[in-house]
Amino acid sequence: MKIKPYSQNAYTPVPSAFTKFRRNCVIWQFFRFIVINIKMTVLILKSHH
Amino acid sequence: MARVVILGGGVSGHTAATFLAKWLGRDHEVVVVTPNAKWNWIPSNIWVGVGGMSKEEVIFELAPVYEKAGVDYRQAKAISIHPEGSSDESKQFVTIEYTGQGKEGNSEKLTYDYLVNATGPKLNFGATEGLGPDAGHTVSVCTADHAVHANEKLDELIAQMKAGEEKKILIGTGHGMCTCQGAAFEYTFNVDHKLREEGVRDKATITYISNEYELGDFGVGGMHIKLGGYVTSGKVFAESLYTERNVKWIKRAHVNKVEKDRVHYETLDGSKHEEEYDFSMLIPPFAGAGIKAYDKAGEDITSKIFNPGGFMFVDADYSKGAKPFEEWDAADWPSTLQNPTYKNMYAVGIAFAPPHLISKPMKSPNGTPINPTPPRTGMPSAMMGKAVAQSLKDIILSNATEPTHTANMSEMGAACVASAGKGIFSGSAVAMTMYPVIPNYKKYEYGRDLNGTFGEIGLAGHWVKHFLHFAFLWKAKLKPFWTIIPE
Repeated sequence: MKIKPYSQNAYTPVPSAFTKFRRNCVIWQFFRFIVINIKMTVLILKSHH
Repeated sequence: MARVVILGGGVSGHTAATFLAKWLGRDHEVVVVTPNAKWNWIPSNIWVGVGGMSKEEVIFELAPVYEKAGVDYRQAKAISIHPEGSSDESKQFVTIEYTGQGKEGNSEKLTYDYLVNATGPKLNFGATEGLGPDAGHTVSVCTADHAVHANEKLDELIAQMKAGEEKKILIGTGHGMCTCQGAAFEYTFNVDHKLREEGVRDKATITYISNEYELGDFGVGGMHIKLGGYVTSGKVFAESLYTERNVKWIKRAHVNKVEKDRVHYETLDGSKHEEEYDFSMLIPPFAGAGIKAYDKAGEDITSKIFNPGGFMFVDADYSKGAKPFEEWDAADWPSTLQNPTYKNMYAVGIAFAPPHLISKPMKSPNGTPINPTPPRTGMPSAMMGKAVAQSLKDIILSNATEPTHTANMSEMGAACVASAGKGIFSGSAVAMTMYPVIPNYKKYEYGRDLNGTFGEIGLAGHWVKHFLHFAFLWKAKLKPFWTIIPE
């Protein structure tokens, strides 16, 4: 996409090509899938009272 | 024998009912009163709204599930609560009016020993002129039927774009006091994803309109996460995604009128604007179910049980609601979800009255409140249902005199997976956790534990969301090992 100077989207960070690649890389995302599930499980265990 | 009546069969009510039925066995009665014949896994309505799933994939018939569980299911809506009984009924009861089971329109008194109010929201489309699919001009994804309708309208729009027409799409919140910005967020990026798949993204201008002070507020006052060597506001994270997907945003907006081709809105600075659209999905504000309450003499005590929005009072510190944001405290939030006046009544999920907002209250110079109201859906909602079920189990089976379990949003976290497009290899979603839900600035520098609060976008998030779709439907249908799937 094109960033227009002084527009709303001119002041936000945007992902680099490498970041976009990682977001869709199946091998890396499989690892992240495990990490996300661990983080969510820990959160659930902390939340029951 | 004790009878527990649960009003509502959504996430919190269904959770409470199914666990209670399992724990109490056939020696006690669990009755669910819900006007719906089908259970809907609402988070997946987003995918129905873009044609990624059928309606049948997100709903199932409640009757066979409750029959298997031993739950007495009444397809009816609650009309009134009589927590002291009445002149001709010594026991406390609710009046219900059937919406199905061949008894449509029939009223009945249903006595109870314990009452759990889990009625969820009334979708208050009437709060904004012209809002909603029934009497207005916008579509919705709040119910499975709404989502089917939204997808039909979207398909018509795509066909016009394929014919070369340029279109304006407006998605967001349809009132200054909306909650559930997450659904609007998800629908925005699922529509974007669908238009890219259809090869017409260049024909559309997508705009997100929100009552949030900043993007990423989500009604919880936003959140901070560790990212790239910084502690970063969720605003930065959210704006980055909108920029990447070429979605324009309008924030701090109260939509006050919807016409067939434009919305009128006021922003927090008091200025008034219009935004044209060809297709619009705007979330309505929520209200309580509108149940009345009467004492033994038949006097109306609704205001003693429910706040003006129709949400039931529980063990929260409501005195703080009138105080400034700076004086609010995590301790204001309820723990046992027990009604302070009638101790055998509880409210869970959206049905309980929050002590105040989570986000900072804001008003325009014209006096219009423009701030998100507190979300209490999804994981926190289910955890409340389970905590109340555990307390009632201990009260009924072990003669506990007080609730034994708590579900305080200031002591629980929430996991949220917001879809940004569906596809096993092309999809993505923002996976987030926050701990606790209610910011605690006395305990944590940024209001929350940065080790329990994170967010990332990617394909893995989509896999998690799709996995949760199957897992929670499996759990809700009480299929084998359903109890080991966490809330």
